[in-house]
Amino acid sequence: MYSDFAPIPVFAVLSVVLIGVALFLQRILAPAEKTALKLSVYECGEEVEGPAWIQFNIRFYVIALIFLIFDVEVVLLFPWAVVFKDLGWVAFIEMLIFLGILTVGLVAVWSRRDLDWVKMKVPYGQGRYAKLRGSAE
Amino acid sequence: MSGFDIAAALVKVLLVFGVTMLTIMLMTLAERRVSAFMQYRLGPNRVGFGGLLQPLADGLKFLLKEDIIPTQANRPIYLLAPVIVMVPALMTMAVIPFGAPLQIGEHLVPLQVADLNIGVLYILALTSVGVYGLVLAGWGSGSKYPLLGGLRASAQLISYELAMGLSIIGVVMLTGGLTFGEIIAYQQETGWNIWKQPLAALIFLIAIFAETNRLPFDLTEAEQELVGGYHTEYSSLKFAMFYLSEYANMITASAFMVSLFFGGWDVPFVDELAMGGWGVALSVLAFVVKVGFFLFLYIWVRWTFPRFRYDQLMRLGWKVLLPLALVNVVLTGFWLVWRAGA
Repeated sequence: MYSDFAPIPVFAVLSVVLIGVALFLQRILAPAEKTALKLSVYECGEEVEGPAWIQFNIRFYVIALIFLIFDVEVVLLFPWAVVFKDLGWVAFIEMLIFLGILTVGLVAVWSRRDLDWVKMKVPYGQGRYAKLRGSAE
Repeated sequence: MSGFDIAAALVKVLLVFGVTMLTIMLMTLAERRVSAFMQYRLGPNRVGFGGLLQPLADGLKFLLKEDIIPTQANRPIYLLAPVIVMVPALMTMAVIPFGAPLQIGEHLVPLQVADLNIGVLYILALTSVGVYGLVLAGWGSGSKYPLLGGLRASAQLISYELAMGLSIIGVVMLTGGLTFGEIIAYQQETGWNIWKQPLAALIFLIAIFAETNRLPFDLTEAEQELVGGYHTEYSSLKFAMFYLSEYANMITASAFMVSLFFGGWDVPFVDELAMGGWGVALSVLAFVVKVGFFLFLYIWVRWTFPRFRYDQLMRLGWKVLLPLALVNVVLTGFWLVWRAGA
């Protein structure tokens, strides 16, 4: 059974060798005339300002957390799906309960507006947008 | 394992690897030529017959360009990232069956490098490894545009991976197995899965466009905002590795789509297994035509739809595709148990 996997490492080795040979050829053939300016990172031609590791939006982190929960769900579903035909109603209802609990989670995240990328708290035309509506009319 | 088996396995590995590399090269040309025809211009047609040698010329050019590692970059991560992207992209084709089993003497050789018992999971796992490459490339470059591109790429890929995984579950429930051999045999008996899982097929198609970072989902690159996204700081051969693995991923995704929903190498109303050598040739041709169609679809869609906004992308992934995929799983389950009971 494990002999089925034998060609996979061969594939991996072939890919790594291919990349290695190409990088080696480049080292021999390509010119190497480095200057400080050439080795600086790209910032639209301006002088580089500050480090690159800037603060980023917390939403990326929230999305990653939600993903983790639902990915575990998918992982659990795969073995269930393989044997599903043999198990019938009981397995179906069990999985419905499992999916139901996770759907509650999805609804909760949805209603907390964690899935919305644009979080406009103030509706258009009210609060600080009142002036905008006035000008539109 | 006899000597014949080992020899056959080696020939298949080299064949699939070689054909994949060749297809990647042809795709880089086809992308430019087809794009040109869609825009009423000619595209690269001077190098070789009709531009056929253009990919070789490009490859040579990539080799001869200076290799630049920015001083601000985190060197080990910067060097590792393109390798992490490229190796899994080349390895995924190993489990895709590309033709009916071939009879040589008394040996029956399946036209597939490795029929793993976890074939579907193998592809899902390897394509997920590629995500690390993109994030590390963005992080390790030591520049702001790649960092933003890498973040966007990771959020986009994980969002659509859920919908993709869930849409496959419907097919696995019908088949009752994770090997491509079983999935295609099932489709030969009872008809292609596209007729039974149309919703899953649609979700899967949208998800693979997002997973391969192709338009209308190419927000990770978004030239107008992020210069080149995660590979802004990469040049010469390392850029080529990102570029080639994108095409490798497109080929794998098309082959995956064809195997799951369009019968793989199956030709409808024809019994390939009874036709001997001609049946095998016909099945390989059918597989190539089907994969070719989806590769063409990638380019076609590129010049048809504009790019999504980021909030639209997230809304489609989480609020449309994910609930629809869940509904599809429940509907498929209900239909199966109801039919088994009746």
